[in-house]
Amino acid sequence: MDNIFGHHHSHSDSPVHRLPAVVKLGVALMVIIVTVLLPIEEKSWFIAVGILLALAALLSRVPILFLLKRILVLSPFILGVALINAFQPSTRGTWLGVAVKSALCLFTVILVSNTTPFSSILRVLKTIRVPGLLITTIALMHRYIFVLADEAERMSRARASRTFARGRRFQWRTLATVVGQLFVRASERAERIYDAMCARGWK
Amino acid sequence: MHIPDGFIDGKTAAVTGALSAAGVALALRRIKRELPARRVPLLGLAAAFLFAAQMVNFPVAGGTSGHLVGGVLVAALLGPSAAVVVVTAVLIVQCFLFADGGIMALGANIFNMGIVDGVGGYMIYRLVSAALPGTRGRVTAVAFAGWCATVLAAISCAGQLAWAGTVPWSAAFPAMAGVHMLIGIGEGLISALVYVAIERTRPELIPENNLPAQPRRRGELVGYGLLATLGIAVFVTPFACSWPDGLEAVAAKLGFGHKIMEPPLPAPAANYRVLGIHSAVGATALAGVIGSLTVCMLAWLLGRFLVREQRNKLPPA
Repeated sequence: MDNIFGHHHSHSDSPVHRLPAVVKLGVALMVIIVTVLLPIEEKSWFIAVGILLALAALLSRVPILFLLKRILVLSPFILGVALINAFQPSTRGTWLGVAVKSALCLFTVILVSNTTPFSSILRVLKTIRVPGLLITTIALMHRYIFVLADEAERMSRARASRTFARGRRFQWRTLATVVGQLFVRASERAERIYDAMCARGWK
Repeated sequence: MHIPDGFIDGKTAAVTGALSAAGVALALRRIKRELPARRVPLLGLAAAFLFAAQMVNFPVAGGTSGHLVGGVLVAALLGPSAAVVVVTAVLIVQCFLFADGGIMALGANIFNMGIVDGVGGYMIYRLVSAALPGTRGRVTAVAFAGWCATVLAAISCAGQLAWAGTVPWSAAFPAMAGVHMLIGIGEGLISALVYVAIERTRPELIPENNLPAQPRRRGELVGYGLLATLGIAVFVTPFACSWPDGLEAVAAKLGFGHKIMEPPLPAPAANYRVLGIHSAVGATALAGVIGSLTVCMLAWLLGRFLVREQRNKLPPA
């Protein structure tokens, strides 16, 4: 799994990890909302948020290099919009503000997601009355992402070891068959899960 | 197309958030009423499938690769309400677990990728598959809807960025629509190939195969389909361009700006506007129509090609 999702640090231990998920999510949400809404001229707020995030990152003992790598991986969209803006003299000024804001928000979310187990985040969503069906869907999805991603990887590897490159058209069709088969297996698994849920007294 | 935090301002986030919340609530209500309990786990598994499927890389020219986005495919396989819920779940997990797409921008992302891509794509899929009956028609419909929905979602995303004042419309629209017209071809092709693969191995998973065949009035539906396609092409594209800065850019590009400036008498603003709108709208709309019709033809050829091949492979029943 590591090669697909990178290493995830949400289950390590540190003062930041031990904070209740509600507090972390609440603070993160507040920081993001204020950061987005404030005009970029309010430099003191952005500097304060930067210092707060740096402190939290140090306290959480998540490797700094890992956090920076995550930001780099997620920045193509920011770079793309930067590229569009580079040719627009009218908005070049606002662009820098947008980049600072989104980098701060991105860092906040990365920090929260790497110090909070996903099940705690789900529990918070449940307490703020997100509909149950959506929660069930998200919980099942989170449980089976890794299973299905593994399955997809296994099928792709099996395909690669059996077929030699026979041109792009052929490659696309076999890859599409892998994806189709993944859907078939997912829906078969869903049937089995339903039976298992019923056997354990669901509903 | 995941919009990060900081790219859209308060008003855009609030409006898209309200729209998405309404859309998701509607989808959840419809599912509760219509989906049998047996299929509830399928929603979660379909979301996991979508996530895993997005990691299968399809090679494109020059060492780059693309992947499935899948809103239309899920909508064609499970229905539009399920697609909204599935895409929403994927976006929430991507946001909180992988920081892909912002928290404040979640509403905008759900709107673009769940509602515009999923539901809009499904409507196009139904229209085309009603006009062209049979498996071949459905494959054509999946391919065409995949392209349309990708472009529409990109236009919607560009509109939000422009409304928030992050990128001027004159730059966001051509960049997003142009790039996604190419990406959409890949999306339509992959969706159709996957659809055919499922149809071939497990036809009972395709909802249309479980329904009794209904007689369909072809001519009427062909008309509706064409009308809707042309309507999207004619109305959406130029509406976009009638925003002042977009208009100016197109006018300048086409050379009208200079022509208006040349006469020594100050040209009345109204005149410039009318002339500008006519030419800009005409050019953009024409491009939109030609693009849509070309892709529709390509999708139809793809359907013919894929399904005929399949028929030859089947043993004579």
